[in-house]
Amino acid sequence: MAEDGHAGERAHPTAGVYLRVAAALVVLTVLEVGVFYVPAFHAVLVPTLLVLSAAKFSLVVMFYMHLKADSRFFTFLFGAPLLLATGVLVALLLLFFGALTLRGAAGGG
Amino acid sequence: MTHAVAATHHTSMGLDSRKMAFWAFIGSECLLFGSLISTYLVYKGRSVVGPYPHEILNIPFTSVSTFDLLMSSLMMVLALAAVQRGDMKWGKIWLFSTALLGLVFLGGQVIEFTEFVHKGLTISTNLFGCTFFVLTGTHGAHVTVGVLWLLTLWVRALQGKLGPANAMTVEITGLYWHFVDVVWIVIFTVVYLIQ
Repeated sequence: MAEDGHAGERAHPTAGVYLRVAAALVVLTVLEVGVFYVPAFHAVLVPTLLVLSAAKFSLVVMFYMHLKADSRFFTFLFGAPLLLATGVLVALLLLFFGALTLRGAAGGG
Repeated sequence: MTHAVAATHHTSMGLDSRKMAFWAFIGSECLLFGSLISTYLVYKGRSVVGPYPHEILNIPFTSVSTFDLLMSSLMMVLALAAVQRGDMKWGKIWLFSTALLGLVFLGGQVIEFTEFVHKGLTISTNLFGCTFFVLTGTHGAHVTVGVLWLLTLWVRALQGKLGPANAMTVEITGLYWHFVDVVWIVIFTVVYLIQ
């Protein structure tokens, strides 16, 4: 933290940066809801929403939780379990939905 | 807390031990919510009786709740910035605003849950109801803890027991609050928008 000058930690962003990040978060949320309601986007709805959501997630983590300025060890403490959780999520989806597809291809057996 | 006392919290890496422990806790929370979100997605579209998500989820209402929680995160960082520069007047205002927005979010969740129950969706109705209420209810419980934590800090600030020397306490509270916010960012997309 800036006030203590701990190792690996730089000064936190200013109030102006916080306000700009908030504005970006609002714009991204409006885009998310807009994309949901516009039929033209329905073909690419899921990837678009995932990208917008990831952008919002990253902004909050980097600027509001200060990972951009703090020690990289904190990024590791957060990032490693996050990657593990994402891996478990993907594995379970592949296991369940992949199994359904295989069963369907085998003639419902 | 004096600087000398604060220095006793440093690890051999020069990092604050409380902050390091809290990041490890947040990492464990990632696994908790990761498992709940995984369970929701695995059972998505497998309910054999209604109500189904597209029949019951209210996107405009939840969008307002999402906006509310995002703004509460802004209030939280402004509170931290104010406490760090010793401006306790604004520190108290932003802390209370954050807690208030958290309460508004919880009020919205109570309204949403009540409406769902009236429409016939309970935790035991179908797979959607079970996974939805467990996931969003666990998140709501985290928001409740956050609001209580924020109000505790606000009361300490009113008593004059919170100042720049305790900025790390406010920062750790903020880490928890922002984590609750990022979890909602994921839930809003995965549960509400991707139906």
